Amino acid sequence: MAISVPLVLEQTLNGLQYGVMLFLMAAGLTLVFGIMNLVNLAHGSLYMVGAYLATAFAGWSGSFVLGVALALPATLLVGVVVEVIALRTLYERDHLDQVLATFGLILFFNELIAVVWGRAAVYTTIPPFLSGHIRVLPGVPYPTYRAGVILVGVVVAVALWVLVTRTRLGMLIRAGASNRTMVSALGVNIRLLYTLVFGLGAALAGLAGAMAGPIYAVQPGMGEAILIQVFVVIVIGGIGSIRGAMVGAVAVGMADTLGRAFLKPMLATVISPPAADKAGPALASMLIYLLMAAVLFFRSEGLFPARGRS
Amino acid sequence: MVVSRRAIVLGGAGLLLALVPPIAALTNQPFYVDLFRRMMIFAIAAVSLDLILGYGGMVSFGHAAYLGIGAYAVGIPAFHGIENGFVQWGLAIVASALAALVIGAISLRTSGVYFIMITLAFAQMLYYLGISLETYGGDNGMRLAARSKFGGPIDLDRPMVFYYVVLAILVLFLVLGGRLVESRFGMVIRAAKSNEPRARAVGFSPFRYKLTAFVIAGSTGGLAGALLANQTEYLTPEFMHWTRSGEIMFMVILGGMGTLVGPVIGAIVLLLLEDVLSALTAHWQIILGPTLVLVVLFAKRGLFGLLPIAPPDG
Repeated sequence: MAISVPLVLEQTLNGLQYGVMLFLMAAGLTLVFGIMNLVNLAHGSLYMVGAYLATAFAGWSGSFVLGVALALPATLLVGVVVEVIALRTLYERDHLDQVLATFGLILFFNELIAVVWGRAAVYTTIPPFLSGHIRVLPGVPYPTYRAGVILVGVVVAVALWVLVTRTRLGMLIRAGASNRTMVSALGVNIRLLYTLVFGLGAALAGLAGAMAGPIYAVQPGMGEAILIQVFVVIVIGGIGSIRGAMVGAVAVGMADTLGRAFLKPMLATVISPPAADKAGPALASMLIYLLMAAVLFFRSEGLFPARGRS
Repeated sequence: MVVSRRAIVLGGAGLLLALVPPIAALTNQPFYVDLFRRMMIFAIAAVSLDLILGYGGMVSFGHAAYLGIGAYAVGIPAFHGIENGFVQWGLAIVASALAALVIGAISLRTSGVYFIMITLAFAQMLYYLGISLETYGGDNGMRLAARSKFGGPIDLDRPMVFYYVVLAILVLFLVLGGRLVESRFGMVIRAAKSNEPRARAVGFSPFRYKLTAFVIAGSTGGLAGALLANQTEYLTPEFMHWTRSGEIMFMVILGGMGTLVGPVIGAIVLLLLEDVLSALTAHWQIILGPTLVLVVLFAKRGLFGLLPIAPPDG
C-alpha cells in the first residue's frame, strides 16, 4: 500500500472521526470522575445500550435519525436509573469498591443485552441521504456518514464548552470538579447535580454508541473495547478536564487510526517487508498505550490536570 | 488458644484439598480433580494479587497480564520443541517479573484512579500484542504441544501428580507469603498503604518497596499462568483479557483482602459459583454481576471475615 496525499487525508479524517467518538465518551466519564470521584467502568455499557436502543428504535420507526434522537433520552434515563439504584451509594466508597461494583454492572448489562438481542452482531443501515460520499478536496471523496459524525461531534463539543463555561449549571459543574465539599456547603443540591451530570454523561455515551451503529459491529461487550481506549484518553488529558478529554481524544484517535494505516508501510522502508508485516500491526495496536506511557513519564497528572486538585 | 484453633482449621482445610484426588478416584468423578486444580491455580494468582492489593493498597487492574505472560512462556518454547519444565517455568517467572518491573516503574509514579487505569491499559496492550502474534495462533490461540517435562516421577500428564504439584506450590507460596507480610519488608509495604507520607518521614522510600512487591506479585502471577497453560493445554490471549483481571480481583474481595487465606477461599467459591450457575443457565453472568455488586456493597470483609478464625482487624 503506497502512501499518497488523498490516502493520508482520508485516514486523518478517519482519525478525527474516531477521536470525536472517543471525546463523546471521555467527556462524560471525565466529568463523573472529576465531580463525583467515581471510577465508572460501566460507562462502556451505556455506549452499548445507546447503540442497541438506536438500532431498535430505528427499526421500529423506520428512520435512522429518529432512532438516534430517541436513543438519547432513553440512554439518559437508563443512566439516571443506574445512578439512583446502584452508583449513588458508591460515591463515598474507595476506588476498589467502585471498580468491582461497576465491573459487576458490566457483566449484568452485557448478559442482559445478550438475553434480549442475542450474542450475534446487529447491523444498522445508513439512511440514503447519508450513504454517499462528499468531496473534501478535488479527487478526495469521503463517506458522508463519517463526515456527519465529525460534524455532530464538533457541534456537541462546542455546545458542551458553552454549557460548562457560560451557564449556571456549568459553573456548578466546574465548582464541583475543583471542590465539591465547598459547593455543597454553599447550599447547592449536590445530589441532584450528581444525577444531572451522570445523566448528561450517559446521554453523550449513548450518542456515541448510536452513531457507532453503522460503522462498528453492535454486539455485547462492544463497550469495553472503547472504554479502555477512553481511559487512555483521560489519563493523557488529565482527569476531570474537558479540554484534556478533547486533546486526548483527538491524539488517541489519530495515533490509533494513522498507526494502523501507515505504520506497516513506513516500517517496510526501514526493515524487511515480511518483518514489517508482523511488527507493523503489533506495534500499531500498542501505539496508544506507548503514547500514554510517554505522556505519564513526563507529566504524571496528564496534560491538563483539572484546577484545584493536586 | 485462638492461634491453635486457627492452625487446626487451616491444616484441616489443606488436608481436605489433599484428599480431593483419592475421593474423586473412589467416587469415579475425575472431573473434580480438574476443577480443584483449576481453583488452586487461580488461588495462586489471587493470593499474588492480594500481596499488592490487600497489603500494599495498589489496585492493579491488570493482573491477568502476568497470567498470560506465564502461559505464553510455556507455550512458545513448547511450540519450538523446548519442553523442559524448569526452562519454561523459569522463563515464565523471569518474563513476568520483567514485565511487572516495567509496568510498575511507570504506573507506581501515579496513584489512585490513574494507577487503576494505567495497569488496566498495560494489560490491554499485552492482550493486543498476544492477538497480533500470528505465529502463535493470533486471537485464536494455540494448543500446547505438550505439558512441561520435569523428568523422574514428576509427570504432569498424570492428573494426580499434577494436582499435588499445584497444591505443593500453593502451600509453599502461602507459607512464604505469610513470612513476607510479617517481615520488615511486609511492614513497610503495609505502612505505605496506611500512611505513605508517614512511612516516608520515618525514612523509608516506599516506591522501591512497592515496586519490589509489584514484581514479586507479577512473577508469582506468571507462575500461575505457566500452571494454567498446563492445566488447559491451550493458550489464548483471552488469558490476559481484562475481564480475567476483574475476576481475579473479585476472588480477592470475595474471600477477604489483606489476608492470605481469603483469596484462596475466594477463588474456590467463585469458580464453584461459576460452575453451578453455568449449569443452571447460559446467562449465568446476569446473576453473577449483581452478586458482585452486592458483595462489594454489603460484605466488604469477604467470606474469610465471616469465619471465627479470621484476624480481628479487617
